[in-house]
Amino acid sequence: MSRYVLPLLAVIALILFLMVGLKRGDPRALPSPFIGKPAPQFELPTLKDPSATIGSQDLEGNLALVNVWATWCVGCRAEHPFLLELAARDSIPIYGINWRDTRPEALRWIDQLGDPYIASGFDGSGRVGIDWGVYGAPETFLVSADGVVLHKHLGPLSKESWESDFVPLINGGGAAQ
Amino acid sequence: MKPRQQRMLAVGLAVAGVAIAATFTLRAFQDNMMFFVDISDVIAGDYPKQRNFRIGGLVVDGSIEREEGSMDLRFRVTDMNCELPVSYVGVLPDLFREGQGVVAHGRLGDEGVFVADKILAKHDENYMAPEVADSLAKHVENKTTPLRQGVTECVTE
Amino acid sequence: MIPEIGQFALILALSLAICQGVLPLVGAHRNDSAMMQVGNTAALGQFVFVTIAFGCLTWSFVTSDFSVLYVANHSQLSLPTVYKISAVWGAHEGSLLMWILILAAWTVAVSRYSSELPEAFSARVIGVLGLLSIGFLLFALLTSNPFDRLTPPASDGADLNPLLQDPGLAIHPPLLYIGYVGFSVAFAFAIAAMLSGNLDQRWAKWTRPWTTLAWMFLTLGIMLGSWWAYYELGWGGWWFWDPVENASFMPWLIGTALIHSLAVTEKRGLFKSWTLLLAITAFSLSLLGTFLVRSGIIVSVHAFATDPTRGFFILGFLGVVVVGALILYAWRAPSLDSDVGFALLSRETFLLLNNVLLVVAATLVLMGTLAPLVIELLNGGKISIGPPWFEVAFLVPMIPLVLLLGLGMHTAWRKQDTRPWFALLRIPAIAAVLLGIVLPLMFYGRTGLLLAVGFAAALWIIATSLIQPIRSLRRKDGSAGITRSALGMSVAHLGMGLFVLGATVTSAFNVESDRALTPGESIDVAGYDFTMLELRNVEGPNYSAIEGVIEISKDGDYVATVRPQKRQYLVQKNWMTEAGIYATWNKDLFVALGDQLGNGAWSVRVQYKPMIRYIWFGAIIMALGGIIAVSDRRYRLKASKTSKVSGTAAESA
Repeated sequence: MSRYVLPLLAVIALILFLMVGLKRGDPRALPSPFIGKPAPQFELPTLKDPSATIGSQDLEGNLALVNVWATWCVGCRAEHPFLLELAARDSIPIYGINWRDTRPEALRWIDQLGDPYIASGFDGSGRVGIDWGVYGAPETFLVSADGVVLHKHLGPLSKESWESDFVPLINGGGAAQ
Repeated sequence: MKPRQQRMLAVGLAVAGVAIAATFTLRAFQDNMMFFVDISDVIAGDYPKQRNFRIGGLVVDGSIEREEGSMDLRFRVTDMNCELPVSYVGVLPDLFREGQGVVAHGRLGDEGVFVADKILAKHDENYMAPEVADSLAKHVENKTTPLRQGVTECVTE
Repeated sequence: MIPEIGQFALILALSLAICQGVLPLVGAHRNDSAMMQVGNTAALGQFVFVTIAFGCLTWSFVTSDFSVLYVANHSQLSLPTVYKISAVWGAHEGSLLMWILILAAWTVAVSRYSSELPEAFSARVIGVLGLLSIGFLLFALLTSNPFDRLTPPASDGADLNPLLQDPGLAIHPPLLYIGYVGFSVAFAFAIAAMLSGNLDQRWAKWTRPWTTLAWMFLTLGIMLGSWWAYYELGWGGWWFWDPVENASFMPWLIGTALIHSLAVTEKRGLFKSWTLLLAITAFSLSLLGTFLVRSGIIVSVHAFATDPTRGFFILGFLGVVVVGALILYAWRAPSLDSDVGFALLSRETFLLLNNVLLVVAATLVLMGTLAPLVIELLNGGKISIGPPWFEVAFLVPMIPLVLLLGLGMHTAWRKQDTRPWFALLRIPAIAAVLLGIVLPLMFYGRTGLLLAVGFAAALWIIATSLIQPIRSLRRKDGSAGITRSALGMSVAHLGMGLFVLGATVTSAFNVESDRALTPGESIDVAGYDFTMLELRNVEGPNYSAIEGVIEISKDGDYVATVRPQKRQYLVQKNWMTEAGIYATWNKDLFVALGDQLGNGAWSVRVQYKPMIRYIWFGAIIMALGGIIAVSDRRYRLKASKTSKVSGTAAESA
């Protein structure tokens, strides 16, 4: 009898193993750097007006989102509608870092798809991105009123991850934890 | 041949087959498993000696050196913590460029330069080898100051 | 509007699938003919609505409706129309819809061509296929809806990945899916047999053509993928043992074993539990393959965009389907053992060995594919298993298999007399060994152990495959000669021989050279001179490219001119390599541009690849063998809804 049950047992083992593999491999479960530490200082020319700048001092005083995006990034396009929705609710300011991109492309993107950002800093070379520990787009940071990173989200921002990861921190008074 | 004997034959053959296959393959496994080693670990001396292994990270801005007309290439790769010089001769994959993720196979040669025999970059902007992503995430935690080109403020155990 | 119609059509399809999945199974249990017949109508209805949904998605692409998120992510205004259409199945959501469509199509086909099957049996088959459809439709509607909207709509799309803008890669997924999904028919036949408790030779007879057809499409799909990788990826390779490639290869190996095992079950009523298990496994591997590719658990440049939620759903579905099937198996299989025997030297023995060796091969591939994951989860570090391991591991069962192939084909059922057997086969065997050593020496200048084995094996298979067809041609009396079944077998094995020949020769003798070239310069590879005449810019519909004009000559005589390109696609900014290939009947000369080195020089990859086309040609011949076998006279029947054989009459047959 046992040899007929063997395949069944083998498959159950395989499935359990794959389940564990899936859980472990979830990129959103990667250790989040910078949590509780001050957000790196930066100053960048804005996307729309190179002569104006945007930087850390603009973030101070309010809970803010910093979203790293680029026109070549498919995930950024996927999360864009949700960013527009968040911006429309007007509950939290969203700042953009246009990362490793070209100005004309980025301006066209904002034009075609809409602008959810208070302002976007143009980080064509990616220097500021490196300082923030950015190695892929999109990434979204939640920064407290006194400039501490509360949360970093890798990959496209979705309603689900917003509700489960960001909202509790926002409602928790934005205290660094 | 009676059914019982057939079954025993079948089972015997199967077991023999699996045993032979297993022996061959486990031996080959050892030789052919290529480990991925964080750049910081390579700098710390923690890497497989005498064998090929893989490294991965971001190509440091401004570090690509290639003589005009030559296929000899040198560049540095970082995991957001330490930098490692790499040398390579050959055709480069399409998306190899500064600031992008890269994976290299090879071994650590003289003077601490990683001699790569294969360079893999991504197929599109959004794909980053997961080992590279994990490596970067791990070491970004150690960053206390912004990474400047050429400054190896490198935290190794 | 159209996307909403599409989504609604999917919901309707789901409700029909529920009818199709539940009612026939209940009806078969209760012997209620009306309920059983519902399955056929529901299947047809489901097919109609899924087609409508697929049509709506295609329409959205063709009209560039960027208010649909999926279209916006994978199309672009300047994308040539033919690729707008192929973009429909170019990513996860759309390819899933194609999977559902193909499943519905197979179901309708089975429902139409089941007149020879007992009513309860075919009802169960349709029911099981319906349950599978439910799973996939739920997956699509709950986690992967292709009709999700993008508001506000984008004014232009993100473009289809340039890698997919290619005719080969456009047909590759449909062919593969027809194969993968086709194994669900064999699976459904197995489940139906286990549910009814009846697993006789008739069951095997009717499972065979469906399985062979599915196998044939899978063969073609894999072949196309390999060929595409060769000319499109710019590395000159044709198989990389990439997890996604392996995901398609494992079902193929098991499917091959299944076809052969079905032959034994049909002919002699033996190997029933083997056949059942193989049928379950083939489809399970198809599901596993889908899981590996879409869940993000194993990352490969081939994989779709990852999402663990989807991964959990597929894994759950996989679990339910396979565990359910194996519980049935554990329940039914013990009572299937037969008392019929066979001699040591008999076709049964060879086919048993065939089963074992193919299963070993598939297991090895599975091990190699999952090993990095296992080791990582066990905190053993991040490793990768490269092609060298797979090549050795795979050859271990394969070399015996190809040698036994020639023998088994000419061995009689039950018991084969040794004398006539030796007499028939010893000449081809000796000739194969001798030529296997001599020919490589003659044509390519050297020989070696593995090379000789491979070459001899290829010639051996080719020779033994031709014996039966040639004999049937020489028959002077008016006898039937060779049946299509037997001819199909010979042709398929012949294809296998050609494949082995191509793989052996190209692996042993290919020459690769990466060099720097400037216009005017020339290099020598394998006796051919490659001269770069010029480099120039060319424009395509949605890309701009740098083209190298390379002239090939041998001993001063002109051979060909190839034009490898380096393209940059306008939207995604990806660089793509288009190789320049000169192909003749016995070799390919492959040139690809590398990268710009400055001073007008480019690095260039030049390869001499002898007999490489036989790899794909062999696969095509294998598939041809499949079609010939399926067209055998005993499978001819009228597609009729009226001539349904009632359950009791058939059981007694």
